[in-house]
Amino acid sequence: MAGIVGYGAFIPRNRIRTEEIARQWGKDPESIRRGLLLEEKSVPGIDEDTITISVAAGRAALKRAGIDPRRVGALYIGSESHPYAVKPSGTVVAEALGMGPEIHVADFEFACKAGTEAMSVALAMVEAGRVEYAMGIGADTSQGAPNDALEFSASAGGAAYLFGKADVLAEVLFTYSYTSDTPDFWRREGQFYPRHGGRFTGEPAYFRHVREATLGIFRLSGLRASDFRYAVFHMPNGKFPLTVGKELGFTREQLETGWIVNKMGNTYSGSSPTGLAAILDVAAPGDLILITSFGSGAGSDSFVLKATQLLPERRGLAPTVRSMLDRPRRYLTYGEYAKFREKIIVND
Amino acid sequence: MPSPRYHREIPARYRLEASRCLNCGRVAYPPRRVCPACRGRNWETLRLTPKGRVLTSTVIHVPPEEFLNEAPYAMAVVETPEGGRLLTQVVDCDPGTVRPGMEVDLEFRLVRKEGRSGILCYGHKGVPPEH
Repeated sequence: MAGIVGYGAFIPRNRIRTEEIARQWGKDPESIRRGLLLEEKSVPGIDEDTITISVAAGRAALKRAGIDPRRVGALYIGSESHPYAVKPSGTVVAEALGMGPEIHVADFEFACKAGTEAMSVALAMVEAGRVEYAMGIGADTSQGAPNDALEFSASAGGAAYLFGKADVLAEVLFTYSYTSDTPDFWRREGQFYPRHGGRFTGEPAYFRHVREATLGIFRLSGLRASDFRYAVFHMPNGKFPLTVGKELGFTREQLETGWIVNKMGNTYSGSSPTGLAAILDVAAPGDLILITSFGSGAGSDSFVLKATQLLPERRGLAPTVRSMLDRPRRYLTYGEYAKFREKIIVND
Repeated sequence: MPSPRYHREIPARYRLEASRCLNCGRVAYPPRRVCPACRGRNWETLRLTPKGRVLTSTVIHVPPEEFLNEAPYAMAVVETPEGGRLLTQVVDCDPGTVRPGMEVDLEFRLVRKEGRSGILCYGHKGVPPEH
């Protein structure tokens, strides 16, 4: 059966605390922390972008898989912050990872679920027998307008998944997708920051699609919440995934391993894939894992995975998500953050 | 840097591909045609381990214009376990802490942008080690 043969994640070392952003805009940090359950978020360095994050995560995935990168026949990168408007991120990443040139490469975009799209297509290429191995990556240096609620969450990071049929670390048992045209969050061509529909991003968008995708994969698989050891949902803030998880019958214990948003923020396309990596860092053989992403616009992808005997011996080959969240971090002032995110206009 | 030159340097910049002299074992990074030690011309390609040790370093306070937003930053000559040496920035730490003997990992980073509309140039930079 096809599944994940290697995985890796990357989270930049820079952080900004919720208090620092709130102080800048005269907001009450305690109400933000209580309302959104966010303590701090990762911030990309001035030299970090979707491509560099993808390379770091991809290298970790290849280390855990232990295969020659030239055997990877497809590479897909999902992001809403590809550095080029025209020129793929994937060509740079493939070259840096030592893949190709006999490789199929594409960049995907679907707001925050572009990462699971990339994973889904990579898995399908392997299942169809078109390629021996395929990698799907979700990574972002998320944009959030100054003095917008998004600014407290929009962060940087990502995860890479290498799919194959031999020496699998986690089997993919089922997949399911649910999509509708829902204008909850968007960014028009040429605009620097995305816009959103405020409360409309909740029930008609996030909750409907995450709920329906998860219930859909329950029907398809015959499984229910109590059958899973772990579950991770897209994390636009701290509250949404816990709320939808509880509604679907999951306990806090099932959710907390992949719930890393309070320390990492919302890495958009990298959000639920990085949460899944945090789960694979600790899962035991036989554990069932659910991941449901969400991308505005809108849609959700669900996967049911089962950890294998090989997972524990391979995960030590690359850094864990928790080690990247807990390692020495550099806390930025709002001014440094604005400089790093190129929010300050300077002369040519 | 013109795009064709950047393109030619991709193996060295992206994958740390170096060359080792088959006559005397000298490692050259970036790869060379003639060995600076023995004048040999037969080489094998090897990929440098993405980590190393700082041999010498300095802090740039007055940078070229395109690096103004990054100053002050540390530049260092880093030697990998294979003996390859590269001149690189060391980032994600206080530049004043970058001293000879410091261990670094080499991470893939954006090195520079060709102005506002040119290509993006990637390569490796030193960062504090993971373990």
